[in-house]
Formats: sequence, C-alpha cells, structure tokens
Amino acid sequence: MDVSFFIEVLAGGLLAGVMYSLVALGFVLIYKASGVFNFAQGSMVFFAALTFVSLTERGWNFWLAFAVTLAVMVALGIITERVVLRPLVNQPPITLFMATIGLTFVLEGLSQLVWGSQPHGLELGIADVPMEWLSQKWNINISQFDLFAALVAGVLVAVLALLFQKTRIGRALRAVADDHQAALAVGIPLQHIWAIVWGVAGFVALVAGLMWGVRNGVQFALTFVALKALPVLLIGGFESIPGAILGGLIIGAGEKLAEVYVGPMVGGGIESWFAYVIALLFLLVRPEGLFGEKHIDRV
Amino acid sequence: MLYRESGQFKSTYAEDQQIFPIRQDRIAMAALLLVAFVAVPLLGDQYWLSAILTPFLVFALAALGLNILTGYAGQLSLGTAAFMAVGAFMAYNFVLRLPWLGILPSFVLAGLCAALVGVVFGLPSLRIKGFYLAVATLACQFFVLWAIQRWGWITNHSSSGVITAQKITLLGYPINTPATKYLLTLAIVAVLALAAKNLMRSETGRAFMAVRDMDVAASVIGIPMMKTKLLAFAISSFYCGVAGALYAYTYLGTVEPEAFTLDLSFRVLFMVIIGGVGSILGCFLGAAFITLFPIFLSIASKALETALGIEISHALVSNLESIIFGGLIIFFLIVEPNGLARLWQITKEKLRLWPFPH
Repeated sequence: MDVSFFIEVLAGGLLAGVMYSLVALGFVLIYKASGVFNFAQGSMVFFAALTFVSLTERGWNFWLAFAVTLAVMVALGIITERVVLRPLVNQPPITLFMATIGLTFVLEGLSQLVWGSQPHGLELGIADVPMEWLSQKWNINISQFDLFAALVAGVLVAVLALLFQKTRIGRALRAVADDHQAALAVGIPLQHIWAIVWGVAGFVALVAGLMWGVRNGVQFALTFVALKALPVLLIGGFESIPGAILGGLIIGAGEKLAEVYVGPMVGGGIESWFAYVIALLFLLVRPEGLFGEKHIDRV
Repeated sequence: MLYRESGQFKSTYAEDQQIFPIRQDRIAMAALLLVAFVAVPLLGDQYWLSAILTPFLVFALAALGLNILTGYAGQLSLGTAAFMAVGAFMAYNFVLRLPWLGILPSFVLAGLCAALVGVVFGLPSLRIKGFYLAVATLACQFFVLWAIQRWGWITNHSSSGVITAQKITLLGYPINTPATKYLLTLAIVAVLALAAKNLMRSETGRAFMAVRDMDVAASVIGIPMMKTKLLAFAISSFYCGVAGALYAYTYLGTVEPEAFTLDLSFRVLFMVIIGGVGSILGCFLGAAFITLFPIFLSIASKALETALGIEISHALVSNLESIIFGGLIIFFLIVEPNGLARLWQITKEKLRLWPFPH
C-alpha cells in the first residue's frame, strides 16, 4: 500500500468530514435546545447560500451581502418559532419533525421562487486547488480550501462552545435543553431562547452554505447535503457539539477510505450509503452515539 | 338521530367482538364496498380510474404498511420507498423468471422479500429508538436503491435500470384495462386492509401498541421485544412491498429506481400523519388527500390563469405548489395533530346527537 496516497485519502476524508460537521452543527443546536429534529436544516443551508450568492451577483460586496443574508436567516428563525413551533408546543416529537419537513418544502419553494432555480458558482477568494508545497515535497494533494473550511469550522465550534458555556444566553440555552418546564419556572423566556437558537442555526446554515457553495456550486442539490450530515449526528449524538465534529471526522475518513479501498470490489458508488453503515456499527455499541445523552427508561 | 346505537344489544360474544359493532357502520361499509367494486368501474372514466383512484389505493396500502410500523408499533421509519422498491422489482423478477407462478403468488412472494429486507433493517430497532432509528432506516433507503442500480440481475440487466411491467393475467383473464387494474388493486387493498384491521384487534396488535406506548413497560409485562418489533417491521414491509408491486403493475407500468426516492417515503409519511397516526381509516383519508391535492392545485392554477388572463410559468406553479404543500402540512399539524381520522371521529360523535343539542 502506498503510504503517501493513504495519507492523502485520509486527510481528504477528514477535511471533507469537517464540511459534514458544519451542516450537522445546525441540527445539533436546534435539537439540543428544543428537542426538535429539524429536517429543514438542509433547505436552510440552500436558502442561505442562494440568497447570499444572488445578492453578490447583483454587485453587493461580501460583508454587506453576508450581513443581509444573516439578517434574513435570523428573521426566518424568528418567524419559524412564531408560526410553526409556538402553536406546536407540547406535541409529540414526531409531529414537530413532520412540521420541519413541511418547512423544508416551503423553504425549497420559496428560495427558488425568489431567486430562480438556475445553479450559481460561488467564489470566496480561496481557490479549491491542492497546496503546492505539500504536493511537491511529499506528493500529497490537499486542497487549501479544505483547510480553510476546517479552520472556519474550528472557529465556529470554539465560538459556539464559548457561547454555550460562558454567556448568560448560553446558560439559559442549556437550562432549556435540560428541562423546558424547570427553565420556564425560573423565569427563562422559552420563546426568546428558541428564536435565538433558530437564529444561530440560521447563521451556521449560512456558513455551511458558503463552504458547500464554493465546493459544489449553489444549486438545488445542496439540500441533499443534509442527508450526508445525518450519519454524523448518529455517531456524535444528537445533543453534542464536539460530537458533531468528531462524528464528521470519522464519517469523512471512513467514507473516503472505503470509497477508495472497498468501493471497487462491490461496483463503486457506495458513498451514498456507506456513511450510514459506519453509523449503524457505532450505534450497535453506543445506542446514543459517542456523546449523546444516555436515557434511562423508567416504568 | 340516524347514527345512534341505542337499541342494538349484543347477546353473544361474537357480536360483541365484531369489527363494526354498530349497525349503521356495517351498512355504510357495505355500501362503500358496493360502490367501490360495482359502481365506480361501471361509471368512472379512464382518467379517474387510472390516474386518481388506482394510485390512491396503492398509496393507501403503502400508508397502511407504514402506519402499522409507525402508528401502531411506534417505530418511526423513513425507508418506506425502499420497501416499495423491493416489492416492485422482486415482483418483476418473479413474473419474469417464474412465469408459471401466477400474478398473486408473485405479489405475495415480492411482499415476503420486502418483509425480509424490512426485518434486516429493523434489527437496529432492538438497540436504538426514536430519531436515531428514523435516521438509521435511511440506510435502507439508500442501500436498496444503490443495490437495484448496481446489481444487474434485479433489473434484468436493463441499461438504465428501468423495468417495464409484463402483461398480467389473473385466472386466464387479462388485466389490461384501467377498470380491471383498478379492480385488482381494490381487491388486494380491501383484503389487506381487512387483515390489518383484524390484526390490530388481536394479541399481536395489542403487543404492538404496548411497545409503542412504552417499550420498557411492555417488556416488563412479558411482551417479547425482539419478536414484536421485528414482526412489526416484517408486516409493515410486506404491505409496502405489495404496494410497490401494485405501483409497478397496475399504476405506472414502467418504473425506474429513481421513482422510489426519499421523497416518496416522505409522501407516504405525510399520508399517515395527515390521515391519522394509528388509524386504518386515516391511511385512506391521508392517501386521498395527498393524491388529490396536487391535482386540485393544478386545476386551481389553470382556473386562475384563465380568470386573470395571464400565463403562469410552470416553474412558478411548481414552486408555489411546494410552498402551499409545505404550508398546508404545517397548518394541518397545528390545527389537528391527530389527523383527518380524528375529525371523522368528532363528526361521528356530533352525528350521534344530531339534530338534538344534547
């Protein structure tokens, strides 16, 4: 086995995994704070990326477009809380899950209605090309954009961790996540917290949308990215931010290695389901994922 | 006044245990079956039979399968379309490779194949619950589609993966017109719906519901967890598999693997949710709603077009359709989380009193 090739595949996989983690983070945030499995995260990524790219194509500069898109995503989060979640308080989780699937349809229709359905290219000024010194010295090709994405993800996780651990809002978020009723009883405004969480998830969706937009172009297929992020959640656990990162790394690396070394044996194209198989193997050992909360069932 | 059970006394255990204990229900059911089996094929035109009623029945059967698993046994599954795909493609293979078998045994065998796949992908349910399980069933969705596209044997080495359903005959009688296809679908769906209704009143059905309500408690009182959960997966997948076979043979005629994407799973899930989780009637109501809704919407947009005298582009319509569809689902969940079946129950309670206020 060629070692440098192995390292290249492994590193490429790990970095691709970070991209999955970016999407998975959005799921985790909302699940953690409200117990809602937000299936609309994928379409939020698409919506954010499409809004951003359409604004920049109209000649807006990067930061203005970023700020406006962020404002739109936060507004979207607040509207979702107001229109969808608030009337559904105390419904079983599956009902809320279905509501977010409904939201997916609305967002997919809305984004294409407003911005049209043609695919767009997206440039952030960092080319998706292999780094020269690495490829010259060790003959390993690693895209510099991948490294940039990993850096962004790292910063994002650090910021989110700080937000969750050190600020008043973060404490309130964790309290709501622990127990809705107890949080309400000590005077934490549940609805504000949910609006904030959906806003933050919108921000994460925007960042993920930008990264994936550069990689694959901004097009409808971006909504399927969410399906790639789901095995990451299974491995990391639905409630854990570090779990999302670690899960992403495991999925990314496992998927790429399998694609290269196992794929040819069974006819290729296994990346559509192999991540799920990895996730299932992990679940057999740890049914709540690596960092998910253990549930103790009492009769 | 009309719908009242007063004066209907039960004097035997058999009467006490019948499916429709109220006489009016029995009459209504008999009338409904009579209309469905006799009046509709005689009066319905081709378009209604082949484009609306047959898919409605097929989807109702798939929703029935999912409802057994999700509504009664409480295991959320997103792999419905995969089980339907197994049913459709295996039925094709049985008819192709064992032509002496006859159409009904082929469908049953296809259903059993789907059940087998269902049991395999139901195994994780012994370990994991809730959304973890729902996401795990996605594995089935992606794996089955991949397998169908990669393994040439399944599609008889058709280059694009598209299969064309063979001409089928039942007892020497060709099933080739919309009316005969409708009747075949209706007969199968009716028998399976009756079986499901009865199953849910049996020990097995009660075990399913106990697992749904609280699986730890259920295992404590001695319900075998493994057998019950896997049986739920098997029965559910069997129904979905037969629905898939009907989808290929009586509805579309030509199917490709791409017809069974996650979107189809979601559509069936919507039928269950909108119709009513844990209700046999709900499956039919939900299927009717989801089948009729896009047709209604396209008629409405056409009417709007002529009324306003402007041309609405196809992309606009499909985007609007998506928005309205999603919005309607959210609206339904907010207004009636228990689905259309619950509305029917409320209507029945109102009818018992009508026309008196108390």
